[in-house]
Amino acid sequence: MSLHAETPAPLGGKLNTPLTRVLAGFVLILVAILAVRFVRGLGAVSNMNDGYPWGIWIAWDVVIGSALGASGFTVAFATYILNRGKYHPIVRPAMLTALFGYMMAGASVFFDIGRYWDFWHIFTPKYMQVSSVLFEVAICIMSYTAVLAIEASPMVLERLGFHKVRARLEKVLFFFIALGVLLPTMHQSSLGSMLMVFGPQVDPLYQTRLLPLLFLSSTIGMGLAAVVVEGSLTALALRRPFERELLGGLAKVGQGMAVLFLILRFADLGARGMFPRLLEPRLLTLMFWIEIALFAAPVVLLLGKHALRPSRIFVASALLALAGILYRIDAYLISYNTGAGWKYFPSMGELLVTIGLIAFEILLFIIAIKVLPVLPARREDHHE
Amino acid sequence: MMDRRKLLKVIGAGCGAAAVAGTAEARGLRPMSPKALGLLYDGTQCVGCNACVVACKEANNMPREGDAMYEKPVDISGKTLNIIKAYRSGTATHKDQVPDGYAFTKMSCMHCVDPSCVSACPVSAMTKDPETGIVKYNVEACIGCRYCVAACPFGVPRFTFDTPDPKISKCQLCVHRMVEGRYAACAEVCPTGATLFGPVAELKKEIARRRALRPGTKTIFPRGRIGGGDSYEGVVGHYVDHVYGEREIGGTQVLHLSGVPFELLDKPPLPDVAPARISESIQHAIYNHLIAPLGFLGVLGVLAWRNMRKGDES
Repeated sequence: MSLHAETPAPLGGKLNTPLTRVLAGFVLILVAILAVRFVRGLGAVSNMNDGYPWGIWIAWDVVIGSALGASGFTVAFATYILNRGKYHPIVRPAMLTALFGYMMAGASVFFDIGRYWDFWHIFTPKYMQVSSVLFEVAICIMSYTAVLAIEASPMVLERLGFHKVRARLEKVLFFFIALGVLLPTMHQSSLGSMLMVFGPQVDPLYQTRLLPLLFLSSTIGMGLAAVVVEGSLTALALRRPFERELLGGLAKVGQGMAVLFLILRFADLGARGMFPRLLEPRLLTLMFWIEIALFAAPVVLLLGKHALRPSRIFVASALLALAGILYRIDAYLISYNTGAGWKYFPSMGELLVTIGLIAFEILLFIIAIKVLPVLPARREDHHE
Repeated sequence: MMDRRKLLKVIGAGCGAAAVAGTAEARGLRPMSPKALGLLYDGTQCVGCNACVVACKEANNMPREGDAMYEKPVDISGKTLNIIKAYRSGTATHKDQVPDGYAFTKMSCMHCVDPSCVSACPVSAMTKDPETGIVKYNVEACIGCRYCVAACPFGVPRFTFDTPDPKISKCQLCVHRMVEGRYAACAEVCPTGATLFGPVAELKKEIARRRALRPGTKTIFPRGRIGGGDSYEGVVGHYVDHVYGEREIGGTQVLHLSGVPFELLDKPPLPDVAPARISESIQHAIYNHLIAPLGFLGVLGVLAWRNMRKGDES
């Protein structure tokens, strides 16, 4: 493989395709629903209530969206901190996924908070409350989104031909890479810590002082899984060969994280004498076991001599991502109980907003790989 | 090989930084201010007249709920800060009796000594007055994130979901009336002294006095506020052996007495330790003067710099 083949280049091609039109349609629906939300208030479009004041706009868009966006920091860590040069070709798509994921999380917070016009309070010494876990999460996510934008900017500068600026930026990029690894470890663990102040309102199966570690380890797994799933789908869509060694390597690290998560989870439950409660017949224990099965599946799938089959790598990673997603839904919504009588299931409006955000993310990614040097160039692409 | 050694270095540095941070003091207990103000609600003295519900609405300019004649809120909400709820069973004929009985309870802010809402709020919109201990809300600061609503174990702060200009609503012990020399409207209008306002230290003495009396005998109950001079003669209740709020999540400044177990009154059983204390101790241990994060950043920076420089040369 020559160096030339590895150099990233825009894919080119039409932006107006049936897929992008469908995605844009979902984005339009999102805009319409948000218009109602801004005119008439949160209650007009959402099922959130005083018993469940946080719904899927927080649990999915922010908590899960940003965890899948951990693709950026995990790949940056492997490539630049552990110096595994082989991961270089996936740094750019991973960074971009992370950037779009975090931008959507930020957008979601903006329309979820009731008094959005005052959101800047959180960043000013007059109002900031440093003991609040949410304060740390907000500051950290905001800075990390900026860091991601800086990390992604060489792609744009390269495309625009600003080579001098780019060269100057790359001299200091090491600092932003380091910051871009530190910040997610902070706020991804804090997204777990955020539940601690809920105390006994979060079921003891989920309320533990290990929340930060459980969230961090599962986040790393989810981020890696997201890269593998995205890499597989991109390869499929562009009819490129499956990068078996590369994606398999990441999936293996994800497997390690799943093992770490399971060890931490059961050690903690055992130490707190929770084992008898794991068999109680109720929804939460059922969800717990599904979640554990989803974490265990990739561990088993990636054992043995067939482990590096593309289909296995893909399925194992998809299941790992799903495991992390379910763990977060369980921790934030199912295990949360604030007293009798309160119910929550997302409204159609909430679901369509979340779907719209996901569609927007995919749309941005498709546009980006077509117009920016994101993916490694392949000779056959030039015929298109 | 090189990679593994580097990974170990990074992990080692991370653990070292964590160890330094781990030596940070866990956040200590929050003592109650000696001048803390609060309420005593004695369910055995409550007659369920709802005068406190109406007075609270008037004192706080809250909108009416129900029909044109009567206030009929069914729960605290963005429109109601205080409500009297009833327990009923069977024929519901005997006051403060579990079978075939009924009992009243009050729902409003408990003014925790170590409040979860204050710990949760990222913009200091929820604050605890250092002197009176009243948990206050400042709409000017609030961003409407509802972390306080989610955090409160009593389900107290509520949010107005039905407006584009929403806010949090919760009892602030009528702090706005105190400048006029007045006090909590609910206590002011209570005809039997079931809701009593006063310094928490005095309220605790009154609780001890009531619990020491023989149930069924007559006694004089202070009415309105402790030391206000007003009083009312009533019958001593058959109290359950539990003062709700004395120990719950580190104690509260609103204290409840009852003739039936508190579980029947939607008063959740809570641990003695404030969740805010656990959560803040862990946050402070990790982020103690940012030593651990900055140390970790240094290690990451050096490695990234070395590796990226090598990449350029090759």
